[in-house]
Amino acid sequence: MLKTRVIPTLLWKNIGLVKGVGFNSWRRVGSILPAVKVYNTRQVDEMIIVDISASRDNNQPDFEMLSEIAHECFVPLTFGGGINSLEHITKSLRLGADKIAVNTAALANPELITKASERFGSQCVVVSIDAIMHEDGDYYCYTHSGSQPTAYKVLEWAKEVEKLGAGEILLTDVELDGSMKGYNQDLIRQVSSAVSIPVIASGGAGNLNDFSTAILESGASAVAAASLFHFTQLTPLEIKRHLASKNIMTRNALVNG
Amino acid sequence: MKVLIIDYGMGNVGSVKRAIEECGVDNVIVSHHDYDFEDCTHAILPGVGAFPDAMATLNERGITDRIKKLAIDDKIPLLGICLGMQLLASKGTEVSFQDGLDLIPGIVQALEPAIGERIPHVGWNEVQFTNRSDEMLNEIRDQSDFYFVHSYHFIPKNEENILAYTPYAGKFVSMIRCGNIIGAQFHPEKSSTAGFQLLKNFLNI
Repeated sequence: MLKTRVIPTLLWKNIGLVKGVGFNSWRRVGSILPAVKVYNTRQVDEMIIVDISASRDNNQPDFEMLSEIAHECFVPLTFGGGINSLEHITKSLRLGADKIAVNTAALANPELITKASERFGSQCVVVSIDAIMHEDGDYYCYTHSGSQPTAYKVLEWAKEVEKLGAGEILLTDVELDGSMKGYNQDLIRQVSSAVSIPVIASGGAGNLNDFSTAILESGASAVAAASLFHFTQLTPLEIKRHLASKNIMTRNALVNG
Repeated sequence: MKVLIIDYGMGNVGSVKRAIEECGVDNVIVSHHDYDFEDCTHAILPGVGAFPDAMATLNERGITDRIKKLAIDDKIPLLGICLGMQLLASKGTEVSFQDGLDLIPGIVQALEPAIGERIPHVGWNEVQFTNRSDEMLNEIRDQSDFYFVHSYHFIPKNEENILAYTPYAGKFVSMIRCGNIIGAQFHPEKSSTAGFQLLKNFLNI
């Protein structure tokens, strides 16, 4: 059977690897290439790498950086940040990305999801949804790295992107991101039950139980984290051992000797 | 040692090249030129995309016969990855019936998902060895997970060509071998430690 994935998300801004709280107050936590090399040795199942300044500043994706990262990444790589055309996607895949993540451009031009999945296959197309709860009790989608609200409700948009051809949803609660207070399990549950494509839980993971709860109770197909890896001693392997103890199948990559 | 990654305009040749370099090989060439086919010690046929497009491109560029010569006459170890494995077959059925390279007898058909399974088959899944003593599987533990992205699978005519199965869509053949010709349905270049070991085993042939 297909294995549950543990995925570090690496965000960068102006060359530095950063981590924020609530998509704000970004701290520089290192350089991106050494981090990619470390994750390669730590048995991560994929890497998601996003240039968070690209959409916010209306910049092109940083293809040079992608090329350097792909050079060091020997697991599937998802690349996002500023991608807004089929040309960007073509170039990203050619440079070594296996999937691309879109948020801002997908909300501005939903057709991009369909065109991308028709041309490259739905498995290449990850739609990233950055969610914030409004006073009416509904979650709304945000663009430009969490800075701009939209009128799209998360549940409606999630169903829509599945219809449009998205292969996966990367679901982040903006306000919990970086808090290490735990995932928004309610949000994950709502979205996972609304769609049949895989949902990657993101934003707020702070301890081992957050991961197993997201999968067993909230229906996530994969778990992503960043702060936890940057600021605690917890490793992807420990997360996998924990998941295994809960009878969740993760990747077995043991090589003898 | 000189490793040729056969370039026919389809597939993630960059990732394959990097993984081979990471295995300690300095001389890795991405090419479709005659002279690189002449003096390589190992060849890899990568591939992402559709079977008919790939065969059409190989035929147009005159690469089909070079691959056959390399594999059959020169007995150079050849590894087909993903679509590259499927191209080794006698026939493909994607879109329409189409001749393959016919290096390992068999046909390529669409995966038939069981209830609850999705196509394409994407992600980490286990590889169950049928022949543990094969040198391609040295140092790799049975049931190791490798990374897959595909919708079609190779059905070999001869059971002795099967090296491994993967339990999905019933069960499909995830590795094949016929002498110096080898195929892997998964992507070793994206499969971390297990993938590196498999590539090293290939380079040791």
